[in-house]
Amino acid sequence: MLAETTSFTLEGITARPVRVEVDIHRGLPSFQIVGLPDAAVREARERVRAALVNTGFEFPLRRITANLAPADLRKAGPGLDLAIATALLAAGGELPPEQLAGWALAGELALDGSVRPVRGALAMAESAREQSCRGIILPAANGPEAALAPGVEVRTIESISELRQFARGQVPGQKPEPAGQIRNHALPDLRDLRGQPSLRRAIEVAAAGGHALLMVGPPGSGKSLAARRIPSVLPPMSSDEILEVARIAGVCGAGPLRAERPFRAPHHTVSAPGLVGGGSPPRPGEITLAHRGVLFLDELCEFRRPALEALREPLESGEVTISRANGRRTLPAGFTLVAAANPCPCGRGDEDPQCECSAAAVARYRSTLSGALADRIDIIVGVAQPDPEAMAGEDGECSAAVRERVLIARERMSERLGSGRPNAAATRAEVSRFEVEPEARHLLIEAARSQKLSGRSHDRALRLARTLADLDGSGPVREEHLAGALQLRRRSGS
Amino acid sequence: MSGPNDDSNEACPVCLRRSWLIARLAPFIQVACDNRAGRRTPELLRLSDQDLAAAVAPRRADELLTENQRLDEGHLRGTLEAADCWSCCVHGAGFPEGLEDGADAPCCLIGRGNAFPVEEVTMSGSVTVVGARRATGYGLEVARMLGSELASAGLVVVSGLALGIDGAVHRGAVERGRTLAVLAGGADRPYPATHARLYRRILESGLVISEMPPGTRPWRWGFPARNRIMAALSRMTVVVEAARRSGSLITAEMAADAGREVGAVPGPVTAGPSAGTNELIASGAALVRGGVDVVERLAGMGLSLPEQLFGPELGESERLILDAVEGGHSLVDGIAPAAGLGVARAAAGLARLEIAGYVNCSLAGEYRRTGLAAAGS
Repeated sequence: MLAETTSFTLEGITARPVRVEVDIHRGLPSFQIVGLPDAAVREARERVRAALVNTGFEFPLRRITANLAPADLRKAGPGLDLAIATALLAAGGELPPEQLAGWALAGELALDGSVRPVRGALAMAESAREQSCRGIILPAANGPEAALAPGVEVRTIESISELRQFARGQVPGQKPEPAGQIRNHALPDLRDLRGQPSLRRAIEVAAAGGHALLMVGPPGSGKSLAARRIPSVLPPMSSDEILEVARIAGVCGAGPLRAERPFRAPHHTVSAPGLVGGGSPPRPGEITLAHRGVLFLDELCEFRRPALEALREPLESGEVTISRANGRRTLPAGFTLVAAANPCPCGRGDEDPQCECSAAAVARYRSTLSGALADRIDIIVGVAQPDPEAMAGEDGECSAAVRERVLIARERMSERLGSGRPNAAATRAEVSRFEVEPEARHLLIEAARSQKLSGRSHDRALRLARTLADLDGSGPVREEHLAGALQLRRRSGS
Repeated sequence: MSGPNDDSNEACPVCLRRSWLIARLAPFIQVACDNRAGRRTPELLRLSDQDLAAAVAPRRADELLTENQRLDEGHLRGTLEAADCWSCCVHGAGFPEGLEDGADAPCCLIGRGNAFPVEEVTMSGSVTVVGARRATGYGLEVARMLGSELASAGLVVVSGLALGIDGAVHRGAVERGRTLAVLAGGADRPYPATHARLYRRILESGLVISEMPPGTRPWRWGFPARNRIMAALSRMTVVVEAARRSGSLITAEMAADAGREVGAVPGPVTAGPSAGTNELIASGAALVRGGVDVVERLAGMGLSLPEQLFGPELGESERLILDAVEGGHSLVDGIAPAAGLGVARAAAGLARLEIAGYVNCSLAGEYRRTGLAAAGS
């Protein structure tokens, strides 16, 4: 007998449909899985056999062949267990094939027949909709994530024995509740940052315009504290963005579902593939996990050079393309870069008389900051040890108030550039259409002459000035906005 | 032709042979100087050809001297021309003033670069600035500032092309005026190699000289020997950053011995890299805080502050900000309240001041005053 079901395998951050065909024939008892399975898929034989036997189904002692189509697509992971077991039951006559038709299934089987969660449930549910499936049956633990997908029926089961419902002409499983809105409950608030007015200003500008931010200062001056509070002043995500982020997080198995913007802080020992994605088959890296959120690189100068260089393309384009022998994947990587660095290897900085780092040592330490990556960082802000009086004083302004101003500025940007696009994403042509007062133009020319700005620096200064003007509620970019932008971008002296 | 001088200004054959002899004896001198204090070398070089050869290579002295005497003048001049070098000696016109009277000074110079004739490097028209190779950010900044201020004051800035302070001095000077690098090896061999680009930039607007023939590698003993030339060339030698036992202090000592002035840039009393310069000041060297101090010290020689040292007119808030920076505030968060302005206005003002050249800013966001004097102050 022959039966087939639909399931999915993950590729990058998308769920590719897989047809699972099971054929049972007379012959010596055997169980083969063909169709480019990886080790985890091949081992499904043992899990399927034990799960069926332990839940009271009959495991046919005949020649069983499971084929996974399309045959040229690599199938990875244990998520195909449930679909293989179900097709086998249908082929063996335990479940009616006409009842199963149109249902997609994904889940890992335990030996006792219970169903374990899989990665990428949301991506699979969306893919099921695109395949015009009747619905998708998933493990119970994946229910809240998958239920976020609109326009597709999701059912969750605890154990494979629940599939007997099909034999009774019913659809098995529960309808899960979508993941609740948990926005902003747990986010640290900017009011913890006391004093430090120029750092607060830099954060507000970075959040408003989506500009990359680098904080330079001695250890303990509050750089990490500030960085962790940046998501709380970013505008909330739209429902599409929430779905996108949840899909990525689900595929990567990255923690619980969240409705707020991601904040990723990889350790400085991260490799280039770990940061931007890679491996074979290519898997998403930290920058894709930080999509729509903040990528925080603490101790920027300690990162490996290849890892940092690999950030250049995604910083410009908002996505990353990984090319491998067996194909190319383009993954989303629209993150806001926030970085922190010590001023020199000992961390004290030139001004501190105790710092005896030689210029050569400092130059080596800072070499990661020079060149192409630094050119793509819009804002550099010096952070000093906070003033003791301010530390003992009142709380700073809270995130909600700052976010209010950020939202107003973003609205102005949306009017100019189209919805959801901050100034940092403006193209060269859009930058040249910015309204700039003549005094500001003049200052930019002066600066270009004395500081030897590159073409990119020139455009970036204008984008930053535009954000300052938007925060200020000004139509044209005035001279003071451009001067402010040049101060935030400053490049001289090093 | 290849030199700034007329053919008649070229070094005489005797002096050229002397230069070649020193290069030939260089390995022997190195052996003689090994395990002895470096400051012995200049004294060795005072010796006549015969005495020098006998002192460092007693067994081969005659052979080497004969070989040297046989060197053909045409061949020597051809070597110079092939290396695009010129020469001058104490017997001809066009020898730098500072080297004419010194007992230690070499009798022959070989140089590259045609930006100006080397005889214009007079004692009062030049200043030597030296310092440690292992420099701090502070030292490099001051060195660069001094280089650019002194060059724009019309002085020829003399230094040694070494890593650290020397390089920063040259960098500051090539942007604004004339500079001269004295090398320990041949003038056609940029040393250290990392400064090859700086070397080429210096050749465009300045000079590179050495007492060695072209192609000579730098020997260890050549550095103190080079230092004595730098010390002798100018009326004043300024040390920017030197630890307690630094070669730059030897240069300062040589300058003092040759009757030249010595100046030093102070550093924090706790900082090791400034211990040597602080000690120089304590023992009577001139205190140098910027180009103005040097120019004033040399003012008796008819120098005046050039116009370039004044920046453009300042607005009201920029004036307040500049006062705050001069008052010791370096970060925006300190400057803004001291100037009585908001952070945004102070930041914008700082950007204008930086573009005008009044302040510069470190990576850590610390603003410092440059040597540029405010107009009308």
